[in-house]
Amino acid sequence: MEHGFLWLNFITGPLTEYFNNLFKPFVAAHPGAAFFFKDSNMYNQVVYMWLYMLFLIVIGFLATRAIKMVPGILQNFMEVVVEGLRDLLHDNMGEHGMIFFPLIATIAVFIFTANMAGIIPGFFSPTANMNTNAAMAIVVFLLTHVVGIRIHGFKYLKQFMGPVWWMAPIMIPIELIGHLARPLSLTMRLFGNIAGEDLVLGVLLLLVPYVVPLPFLALMIFTSVLQSFVFSLLAMMYISGAMEEAH
Amino acid sequence: MKNVFRIAGLVGLFVMAGTSVLMAAGGAASPEAISFLSWCAMAAGIGIGIAAVGTGIGQGFGVRGACEGISRNPEASGKIITALILGLAMMESLAIYALVVELILLYANPFIKYVIAA
Repeated sequence: MEHGFLWLNFITGPLTEYFNNLFKPFVAAHPGAAFFFKDSNMYNQVVYMWLYMLFLIVIGFLATRAIKMVPGILQNFMEVVVEGLRDLLHDNMGEHGMIFFPLIATIAVFIFTANMAGIIPGFFSPTANMNTNAAMAIVVFLLTHVVGIRIHGFKYLKQFMGPVWWMAPIMIPIELIGHLARPLSLTMRLFGNIAGEDLVLGVLLLLVPYVVPLPFLALMIFTSVLQSFVFSLLAMMYISGAMEEAH
Repeated sequence: MKNVFRIAGLVGLFVMAGTSVLMAAGGAASPEAISFLSWCAMAAGIGIGIAAVGTGIGQGFGVRGACEGISRNPEASGKIITALILGLAMMESLAIYALVVELILLYANPFIKYVIAA
């Protein structure tokens, strides 16, 4: 999919060329691999993810540089964000779930920044590409199982066998599919929402560029905020579901 | 209801944009290609329409429950609204799955290389 003019095209163009040249002998030896290398700007999501990472790191550094009792503007804003996320985490996961606060808060803030930046002309949301979303969803998925096994031991795997032992042959495939559907649904939900809103805006600007896109822009802002909230909330619920019996 | 309109509008836009797939195939597309692509476009439109109906009904039920809950107990509105937003997003994601299939059909169709010979 072409994206038109983006601000960091001067980085992604040469980067893509460099990687395509690097992989030329591999593609020559394996002709089927040309499918993965034919996009001219396939590293868009990586480069923009770096951009937003840089932005968030700089903001975090500036906000915590000189912490005062009566906060300045940036520190105040970041305190609101961090306390809001902390209260959300506390309500959903309890006190022993606060150890996951860095991961959940990072996911929430990064997805929020990435989604909102796609609305600004010339920027690209890395969450509009399935790779970024799949990375975050797989991390959350693996974390739920690691947490479950660490807390409960291997009795955690007994939940796949269902309520009674003789229903195990039926329950195991159902539970497996249900568990594997979680990262898939996390990925596809975020991808569909953000890539869909990009496409809607693109098509709408093709048709009626003047006043009609405004309600769609408002809708885009709403779904961007909502999807970041929903991703982090679902991650919290999956992790607290894996922790629940012991505590 | 607004949800149905919104997604129906999306469908119309996508179906119109999907004709660009036909134009990208080069001027002289064979009749089999045109027939295949028009079936794809129709499948995409009808699929999203059906998904929109289900989503609209389901989310309507959710919002009704939330409104009744808030009206009975206005102090619990924070928790109710959180549960409502979460439920709405889950139902929305089902429509989004249908949207993704439609996007694949129109823009990244894996069978198009059998139809567009040149």
